[in-house]
Amino acid sequence: MFDFSDEQIKRYSRHIILSEVGGTGQTKLLQSKVLLLGAGGLGSPAAFYLAAAGVGTIGLIDDDEVDLSNLQRQILHSTADVGRPKVDSATETLKGVNPDIDVVTYQTRLTSENAMEIIDGYDVIVDGCDNLPTRYLLNDASVFAGKPVVHGSIFQFEGQVTVFDPRHGPCYRCLYPEPPPPDMVPSCQEAGVIGVLPGIIGSLQAVEAIKVVLGIGEPLVGKLLLYNALNQDFRKLTLHKDATCPVCSENPSVTELIDYEAFCAVQW
Amino acid sequence: MAQVRIPTPLRRLTKGEAEVSVDGDTVAAIIDGLEADYPGLKERICDDQGEVRRFVNIYVNDEDVRFLDGTETKTGPDDIMSIIPAIAGG
Repeated sequence: MFDFSDEQIKRYSRHIILSEVGGTGQTKLLQSKVLLLGAGGLGSPAAFYLAAAGVGTIGLIDDDEVDLSNLQRQILHSTADVGRPKVDSATETLKGVNPDIDVVTYQTRLTSENAMEIIDGYDVIVDGCDNLPTRYLLNDASVFAGKPVVHGSIFQFEGQVTVFDPRHGPCYRCLYPEPPPPDMVPSCQEAGVIGVLPGIIGSLQAVEAIKVVLGIGEPLVGKLLLYNALNQDFRKLTLHKDATCPVCSENPSVTELIDYEAFCAVQW
Repeated sequence: MAQVRIPTPLRRLTKGEAEVSVDGDTVAAIIDGLEADYPGLKERICDDQGEVRRFVNIYVNDEDVRFLDGTETKTGPDDIMSIIPAIAGG
């Protein structure tokens, strides 16, 4: 009935006995293709769990090399990997966890030139990138392609998770229509981040990606989950599709991909 | 009075407080109340025209005020206003 090897039956047994997953769900996972944007803080735990879960194809896009300052939170990489391309060290780690999966790597930045082509083959995209221009670019590309994005972002002790599914709910621009001016956004790692935080937020993203692939539960479509590590507070806010959204409304003003200027400002 | 949740990047303006109580029974009045108690907060939240900046959203309880009555949205003493900026880190 299912085309599992003996090893797969054993490896995925704790999934297969779940009524929500079963042999059918595990087959879906093995046939699924998930793209991770960023193999850093958020991408590390997300990719780890998706690989272990048997997501058949994991795409990794990251143009960066491993830096010693990454290792406080980016658990895909180890000390011996410093200086190596993140996609290489990540592939090694993921294949070590589960040789059953394919890892496809893109050692590049996502740009208006390559975005549509890269996301084309994937079912779900996990956004764990570290800058706003790429988040807007991915949002617009995923709206054009009709693909769900599991969004996660972190700042110091706080994180945000949601699922932007252009087929069923709001997109990133429904929340924040335009990027802020370069000197006005609280964004990057230079502001500091507690190392465990991306572990929590990235793991939540992995759960959401698996739910979207399996079609189970209630993915965070139209909900923004806020997490605060200092008081261990989880809250959910309601998101709405914006009838005047620049990209996903009936009359969009954004009809092609935009490469916004890269910026990283600590002060707001 | 209203309870307002302050996002991490702005807590340097509230002496580190994550939640503050200020006067006001609409979102606009609360923003003015914030500015009165914590000078500098309003310009972070609003642009020169007084509009809420496009990378900041204001929620009353779990609803985005853009989908209620905007900054004219009324608030009661038990409501909590949250300021949620876009964050990009990963």
